[in-house]
Amino acid sequence: MAMLEAAALSKHFRARRGLFGGSGLVRAVDGVSFAIEGGQTLGVVGESGCGKTTTAKLVLGLEEPTEGAIRFEGCDLNALDAAGRRNYRKSVQAVFQDPYASLNPRMRVGAIIAEPLVTNEALTAKETRRAVLRLLDLVALPARSADLFPHEFSGGQRQRIAIARALALSPKLVVLDEPVSALDVSIRAQILNLLRDLQGELGLSYLFIAHDLAAVAHMSHTIAVMYLGKIVESGQAEALIRAPKHPYTQALFSAALPSSPEERREEIVLAGEVPSPLRPPSGCRFHPRCSSVMERCKGKAPVLEKVEGHLVACHLYNSAEP
Amino acid sequence: MSPRALLELQNLSTHYVSARGTRVVRAVEDVSLRIAAGETLGIVGESGSGKSTLALTILRLLPPAARIPSGRMLFEGKDLLQMSDAEMRRVRGKRIAMILQDPMASLNPLFTVGDQVAEPIRVHEGATRASAWTRARDLLKAVRIPSPQARLSQYPHEMSGGMRQRIVGAIGISCEPRLLIADEPTTSLDLTIQAQYLNLLRELQRAHGLALIFITHNLGIVAKMCDQLAVMYAGRVVEQGPVRQIFRAPAHPYTRALLNSIPRMSDGRQRLTAIDGQPPDLSALPPGCAFAPRCLSAFDRCREAEPPEVAGVENSRVRCWLTAPGAGRGNAGTGAL
Repeated sequence: MAMLEAAALSKHFRARRGLFGGSGLVRAVDGVSFAIEGGQTLGVVGESGCGKTTTAKLVLGLEEPTEGAIRFEGCDLNALDAAGRRNYRKSVQAVFQDPYASLNPRMRVGAIIAEPLVTNEALTAKETRRAVLRLLDLVALPARSADLFPHEFSGGQRQRIAIARALALSPKLVVLDEPVSALDVSIRAQILNLLRDLQGELGLSYLFIAHDLAAVAHMSHTIAVMYLGKIVESGQAEALIRAPKHPYTQALFSAALPSSPEERREEIVLAGEVPSPLRPPSGCRFHPRCSSVMERCKGKAPVLEKVEGHLVACHLYNSAEP
Repeated sequence: MSPRALLELQNLSTHYVSARGTRVVRAVEDVSLRIAAGETLGIVGESGSGKSTLALTILRLLPPAARIPSGRMLFEGKDLLQMSDAEMRRVRGKRIAMILQDPMASLNPLFTVGDQVAEPIRVHEGATRASAWTRARDLLKAVRIPSPQARLSQYPHEMSGGMRQRIVGAIGISCEPRLLIADEPTTSLDLTIQAQYLNLLRELQRAHGLALIFITHNLGIVAKMCDQLAVMYAGRVVEQGPVRQIFRAPAHPYTRALLNSIPRMSDGRQRLTAIDGQPPDLSALPPGCAFAPRCLSAFDRCREAEPPEVAGVENSRVRCWLTAPGAGRGNAGTGAL
């Protein structure tokens, strides 16, 4: 059984167009299903507006799904009582992109890391202090950091503080939303290594969201590719990177920058831009930019089907159907 | 030797001095670089390595606290530092143009796109509004903006990020400059849009014979776009040379560590080689080599004296005691990856 499972999850937002305009519906996440196994990483990739951050918010319980369900260790979140939800919130924590914005500048680091403990556990001051020191040690920061303020730390160190806070309640799943993109290049590897070490040590699961494909490839066991609110392809990371099937995944991976000047890849340059989620294209949402577009793509939205071991939503691969 | 340089920086330094003169931040220190017409030079470094200050120095757009204590900047044979403000204004935007990182911040929200693309043409060439707007329309077409005529009378907020960045690009090439400096031009763009934009820049470069300076922290962009590379660390260029040479055999330990620390798609879930520590404070640099505290190959000399810049293989130049002649330990010169 997967630790966390999302079944046909949707989140729609009402959007008003202009001052007098009618309202539209943004299907930020539209019928998305995925599973995260214990101790494993699910990487979600996609461009801005594809719904990856909304997906993260749904998993964190910061947004209520419009449709669909999230099951955590087999229990539907909708069916949980207040105590169950509280327990879920403790089990699922987050690390955000910008450690300059996610840490309160007026609080000492010790208080920042202790805050989840103070809110959720009835610990004595001494126990709390001991927990804070243990957490600082876990993320390789010196114990004296507890008495300092966030501005006294560099970006990489701040991200370590944010990770320590996320781990305070011994969560099972940590949502990592672009955890290294605000950091310097030479610091990113430190944080990615730390996250990998912590996963091994504590058996954490990660929902890893990033636009840096190489970082996602490096961190993930499984990868889901999103486009305009839908998963277009998902599967085991290595297989998906080696042989992407969906034309969008192929284009996205070919747009990734080379790792050396000698590396020559066939480059598929997509024409145009991601359409507005207020007016998504009919049929397959990718069809206006797709080089393999067929008549069928314009009318009917493809569903995810198994193709050579991973799931692909593309009419190219289910030719049997009329 | 490469062809005649379009721009040649000689021992250039830029310092920021605090109001009382007690604190000096050595943002750029003793930088020598050259770029020939039609060439692409990548300047790579982390935040605070001085790469953006270097760009602003070339255009002489530094804030009042900045001083240029030494150096020369020869552009088409003339020293930009000796030019009067009026002369410099005729260079800026006309001979040397710049594309900044954030297209939302570099476009004026109160003026139409047409006014902003036409402005340099009117200022530098004295064109009438009508003829400048006609040129502006052609420029929008050149940067692949659909229905350019209609877009001219729109405002920046009516466009997507990718389109805005292309408009900034159109302004950059509007007066057919010889040198275009792009400071992190694609960091705010999505991957597929970034690929479009980089290809566009390359086409514009070929069509106009532009020299391009790419300022970035992204080695992938350098691998894709550049002929020459300069790696900056703590205000100094620690290694420079042909991109292929440096990627194949980085000579400076910092370059080598940087190349090793980047995750690659093909590597799967291998552990990364991280660089410990963090970049130094530019107002309190350690004695000797600024990278020494983080360098795995550092020895006593590195902590005592600053290494000179010496010539390496294939026109490359390196600032490291390991490769400096007569330093006692000159064996790591071409350490392969």
